[in-house]
Amino acid sequence: MAPLGRAALLLAFGLIAYALVAGSYGAWRRRRRLALSAQNALLAAFPATLLASIVLLVALGRRDMTFVYVWQHTSHELPLPYALSAFWGGQEGSLLLWLLVLTGYGALAVWLNRRSRELMAWTVPVFALVGSFFVFMLCFVSSPFHMQPAPVDGQGMVPSLQNPYMLAHPPMLYLGYVGLTVPFAFAMGALLSGRTDERWIVATRRWTLAAWTFLGIGQLLGSHWAYVEIGWGGYYAWDPVENAALMPWLAATAFLHSVMIQEKRGMLKIWNMVLVALAFNLSLFGTFLTRSGVIDSIHSFSQSPVGGWFLAFLGVMVAFSIVLIYLRLPLLRTKTKLESLVSREATFLYNNLLLVALCLTILWGVLYPVLSDAVRGQTRSVSKPYYDFFLHTFGLPLLFLMGLGPLVAWRRASLRSLGKTFLIPFAAAVATGAALLALGFGSAWPGLLAYTFSAFVGASIVLEFVRGRAAAGSVFRLVGRNRRRYGGYVVHAAVVLLAIGIAGSSAYQTVRERTLQPGQSLTAAGYTLTYHGLTSVKGPNYTGFRAQLTASGHGERFNLNPGMNDYQIEGPSNEASIYHDPRTLGDVFTKAQIVKGDKIDLQVFVKPLVNLIWVAGFVFVIGSIIAMWPDAVEQRRLAARYAAGAAPAGI
Amino acid sequence: MHWALVLAAVLAVVAVVFVARPFLRDPAPASDRLDELAPEARRRLALAEERDRALAALKELEFDHRTGKVSDEDYRAQVGPMRRRAAEALRALGPAEELRSSPGG
Repeated sequence: MAPLGRAALLLAFGLIAYALVAGSYGAWRRRRRLALSAQNALLAAFPATLLASIVLLVALGRRDMTFVYVWQHTSHELPLPYALSAFWGGQEGSLLLWLLVLTGYGALAVWLNRRSRELMAWTVPVFALVGSFFVFMLCFVSSPFHMQPAPVDGQGMVPSLQNPYMLAHPPMLYLGYVGLTVPFAFAMGALLSGRTDERWIVATRRWTLAAWTFLGIGQLLGSHWAYVEIGWGGYYAWDPVENAALMPWLAATAFLHSVMIQEKRGMLKIWNMVLVALAFNLSLFGTFLTRSGVIDSIHSFSQSPVGGWFLAFLGVMVAFSIVLIYLRLPLLRTKTKLESLVSREATFLYNNLLLVALCLTILWGVLYPVLSDAVRGQTRSVSKPYYDFFLHTFGLPLLFLMGLGPLVAWRRASLRSLGKTFLIPFAAAVATGAALLALGFGSAWPGLLAYTFSAFVGASIVLEFVRGRAAAGSVFRLVGRNRRRYGGYVVHAAVVLLAIGIAGSSAYQTVRERTLQPGQSLTAAGYTLTYHGLTSVKGPNYTGFRAQLTASGHGERFNLNPGMNDYQIEGPSNEASIYHDPRTLGDVFTKAQIVKGDKIDLQVFVKPLVNLIWVAGFVFVIGSIIAMWPDAVEQRRLAARYAAGAAPAGI
Repeated sequence: MHWALVLAAVLAVVAVVFVARPFLRDPAPASDRLDELAPEARRRLALAEERDRALAALKELEFDHRTGKVSDEDYRAQVGPMRRRAAEALRALGPAEELRSSPGG
């Protein structure tokens, strides 16, 4: 089996290297057949990588311990779904997943745009440039197909990874991370070919949206996994690897907004190229962070030889992007100027500046400890207060702009008409803020502001739908004819839910901790929890205990059973117990540790509105699907535009 | 083990044939030159993009006016120049495009 996997990877290496070299030469010397041949090589690299992936999956499924990778990440007792998920649980496997998604995306994107030969001629080598690094690593530096004499059993999987969310969270993130290669490859291909028209944007619009959606969902799934599995009572810890996924998402969010200005006004061509390159390079940076071992994180793999390679490749790609954009500046400059600072495009620009500022401050927070260690030899850490400060500084104005943007007309808006449209959302926000202040929510100003701004955004979205419906006749017609706009508003509604959920569960959470003996109680935020004793549990590969708790409050009565699992090979793991209160949309989150005998240390977190964060995920997906849904009329118009544009002169 | 190597060899041969396909299908082409947009085609493409932007801007303005985001006064001030811009873009593309993009066309 392993020789087949190695051979498939070597074949993929040959094909991708050929696509890079022959594709670049063919595009440079304008050789049609050579460019097509390179395109075919990129297409063929996908089945070759798929074969290597199948070999690894079969080995994982069979717990074939002659594979060093399988031995390192599974055990015979590990349930099959988790054994298969070890595909992305270790370094070599996750590199293979990167390559699989990259070649899959590359093949599909190239196939769908094969008629646009001039653009594809340079896009193929850019895809191949990225792919060649990963396939090189897999063939010569970090192979998942190293063999050994079969040991009795494997080293098992980290207990926290034995969770259903781990079956979906990493693949979603990879679909997002790698998906950002598609707009990058097309953008760089457009620059190399000198085609700075909107063809590359049209080709990658849905790819970018899909990658951004996957990245967003991947992060939410990861947050939910951290919340239910890690057992520290939170869902986002500003961990460097969590930040590594957030940064490209923020850059891609900025791009999705600014690209609309290019499409509608022909402006910001340079800025859009910068954002595409930033988003892609940040996704590479995220991969580097996870694999290099330069940071200490629950997500990162241990110290490994791939860090230096990754850093070098990242340097090459950053330099490649900067030099290429710089060389093509004359082609990217446009004469169109911003007509007014009070216009839709201006609000998009402000939103872009805030998103990029937030992204760069997070980047600095991630880099500072690493640089401090490397330059001064001092170990420093950047903790929650730093990130919270910038989240409030940039996040709250962003939330406000999200409500303001839809109310402002394109090109220019007079203050009078803006005042008229502004009135209802502004009144809703003031009324909400005043009511919350009266109810005692002033104890946490960031929370109060987040709720107030959320009311403003929510009202502006509702107003947009109401006015749009009146103009279009029905909501279906309205959304059907303006899918990107109204899909975007649904995504904005998801962000509002997210903001309310985060504000509620962080600014207004209650935390209590106490050592309890059977029969004793603890009270937190109106809930009373009574401890009755311990019971033992047994799973396929673990034993453990659960504390028996009954709880009541806010008209609800329920049971909770926090405890710990002791995995036979992998060691102990916290098992939180959570009650989702349907009345408050919040959670009662508990974790327990044995102190002595049946005496336990119980921690309780009451997190108001936290479930809105997960609801936001569903709304986010619905909005993204609406925005991505193909519009036949627009597709015909674009097909006609490029067919006419590509026609020889004189027709 | 042998079957794995045989399978790998077969795959390699198939891949090589697939990669060589453009040369096998067309061993002696009249021209092996990669299509490239002529300067005139590039100019027309830029005009087509400009036309689409101008028409979309008009549509947006109408919609913003109907939904109350643009006052009557602002609408009257903006609609004239925007219509002129759209008409100029259509004229620059030629009479066929004017017909194709007209409301009834």
